[in-house]
Amino acid sequence: MRRAVIAFTAFLGGLIFLLASGTPAAWAEDESLRGTLQYQGRPVDGVKISVTSEDGQPIGEATTAADGTWEIPVPGPGTYQVTIDQSTLPPDLELRLKDRATLTLEVSEGQQRTALFALVQKGQAGDTGGGGRQAAAEPSMWEQAAQLAFEGLNLGLIIALAAMGLSLIFGTTGLTNFAHGELLTLGALIAYFFNGTVGLHLIPAAIIAVILGGALGYAQDRFFWGKLRKRGTSLIAMMIISIGMALFLRNLFLFLFGGEGAPYADYNAQQGIQIGPVSATPKNLWAMAIEIIVLVIVALALLKTRTGKAARAVADNPALAASSGINVDRVIRIIWTVGGAVAALAGIMLGLSQNLNYQMGFHLLLLIFAGVTLGGLGTAFGALVGSLVVGLFIQVSTLWVPTEMKNVGALLVLILVMLFRPQGILGRRERIG
Amino acid sequence: MDWNTILVTTVEAAVGWETVVYALAAIGINIQFGYAGLLNFGQAAFLGVAAYGMAVTVATFHLPFWLGIVIGLVGTVLLALLLGIPTLRLRADYLAIATIAAAEIIRLIFRSVTFADVFGGSDGRQGFAGEFFAMNPYPRGEYGIGPFGFNERVMWVLTVGWILVGLALVLVYMLMKSPWGRVLKAIREDEDAVRSLGKNVFAYKMQALVLGGLIGCLGGFIFALSQASVQPDLFGTELTFYAYTIVILGGAARVFSPLVGAMIFWVLLVFVGNTLSEMVGAGLIPFMDANQVGPVRFMLVGLGLMLLLIFRPQGIFGDKREIALDAR
Repeated sequence: MRRAVIAFTAFLGGLIFLLASGTPAAWAEDESLRGTLQYQGRPVDGVKISVTSEDGQPIGEATTAADGTWEIPVPGPGTYQVTIDQSTLPPDLELRLKDRATLTLEVSEGQQRTALFALVQKGQAGDTGGGGRQAAAEPSMWEQAAQLAFEGLNLGLIIALAAMGLSLIFGTTGLTNFAHGELLTLGALIAYFFNGTVGLHLIPAAIIAVILGGALGYAQDRFFWGKLRKRGTSLIAMMIISIGMALFLRNLFLFLFGGEGAPYADYNAQQGIQIGPVSATPKNLWAMAIEIIVLVIVALALLKTRTGKAARAVADNPALAASSGINVDRVIRIIWTVGGAVAALAGIMLGLSQNLNYQMGFHLLLLIFAGVTLGGLGTAFGALVGSLVVGLFIQVSTLWVPTEMKNVGALLVLILVMLFRPQGILGRRERIG
Repeated sequence: MDWNTILVTTVEAAVGWETVVYALAAIGINIQFGYAGLLNFGQAAFLGVAAYGMAVTVATFHLPFWLGIVIGLVGTVLLALLLGIPTLRLRADYLAIATIAAAEIIRLIFRSVTFADVFGGSDGRQGFAGEFFAMNPYPRGEYGIGPFGFNERVMWVLTVGWILVGLALVLVYMLMKSPWGRVLKAIREDEDAVRSLGKNVFAYKMQALVLGGLIGCLGGFIFALSQASVQPDLFGTELTFYAYTIVILGGAARVFSPLVGAMIFWVLLVFVGNTLSEMVGAGLIPFMDANQVGPVRFMLVGLGLMLLLIFRPQGIFGDKREIALDAR
């Protein structure tokens, strides 16, 4: 029986670990304090943690294991103080909140109470606390605004790359693709595979990833979504199918890549250069240049080429486009191909400004939706404008709202746009049912 | 391979707290999506608001447990109204995006450092379940039949949970036989036709959203109590999507399908997870390590959801003509 309880407890632990990084208590007979020390999903081992009773009597000590876990049994229910020895932390990490090196926790009967210590990269402590912006020389409001606007533009361009594909796919097929974020992650991880595992330089790795992203976009439409359209699968069903696909792909990435974040092998430690009020790394500038070039090329292709015009015609009214001799299926396939390639590029660019992880695209998905909706669902240029606005809004809003809440603002805007101008900035009224 | 452990944990999963929590969440979604055709992708927020409403009342403000329950329920109703008044007029896919965005907003607020004094940041809240377990009628010990069993705390959570599931199912059964339920189903089939009969479609949709949210929020209470803690990331979008998988697996617009769906979902999940863990432990699957078992299980969930909707959108018990899968 005891083994069954242990197995069940272990299962619960695993489940909770998957659903979240928290580790609540399970039911066992003995009280203890425990936890898992990790930084961005990476376990941190060899850190000393000690427990004392309320009046300072030492109870026990533990060192975190290779998987970051630690557990200290306590004699019974009561209030205990858990202290992390900050000198034993790895040199590049520190506590997010320095004054929380000692936690006072209450352990109830039979409880295995979890104590959490949040770690951050050195130098970032307190940054999310709201009051952490007091650097030695406080930059002026305008310098901050310029810097944030620059970062917002960077984010907005990445969102725009992804949003154009999403919006065109929606416009031509009516599919609200919840798996679009995974296309970004896919591109980033393919590039990581060729860069980190195979050992290519990042630039050829990125080119391969973009080509593969396009090929997979093509294959997805050729062998999956196209078939479903032919079967007459309804749009809501397709939307839920895309959720299933997103779940599948996200966990596949977790399976292959693991839960921890990792950077690319190249362009890691670049010195920032100062341009006016803005400081940026060269890789950021290059990334933005590439993003702008790609966006301009896609936009020109939509405006000038026959296929581009056909794509806009299909997005406008598929039936009418078909009756005027446009091969709708071919157009949709091209959109999926380009959309997949551009999404892969967006993922790689995102991977340049943050660590890669298996959820990176998923975390961006709602912001992509926000950009698309703001610009007008189904329009290509609306998505572009909307995404830039969303990106700028998110970063600049951190002048007033805490950094951790910046996405809340963007999502609120998303909801408000749906209420008051559901057709978006550039959309037309008849598009919404 | 320890088949005994696998068998015991699998059977226990069929009645365990996850099944209760997800059954309640899915019964709520069944009212909204199955009967009324509303794509509420924010069900996790309803569970979260209820769980936090209770936890914060007791743990932060040191008020009585029952007041916490009341505040959780009131919070859920308020959330439904707040979400419903603007969004219920939108078409289906807009409603889906708006509700999922709202759920994320709520999760981000729960885990923010700014409000950590109230909600406890990413650590969440603990120490609110004492009064609930003080009401536990089971004396200390193990309860069960043969190798299957739970201790007195789990038994108490499960007893309350299964009573709530039973009540929710009876309520849904009676409501859906009533004129109210027929109007709801008619709205799913053709909103304009119902409007032309003089029914206030918006009010009916709102009632369905509130009711579904309230039933889901009971799941939030059970979730919080069974863990004796709440954490913001437990109420992420995955919870909503698993609940949708459960509803579709059982068959939308059928009274018992969320319950059957939840049992099958958790039994399969636990069985596959434990079997794989044991096989990995015994070295039968050389290319996997123990950490990779979890992702495989949820890959199967995603795959299952896709295959269900492609090949059998009506699930086990449903009727294909009754599934609200046409965009409006």
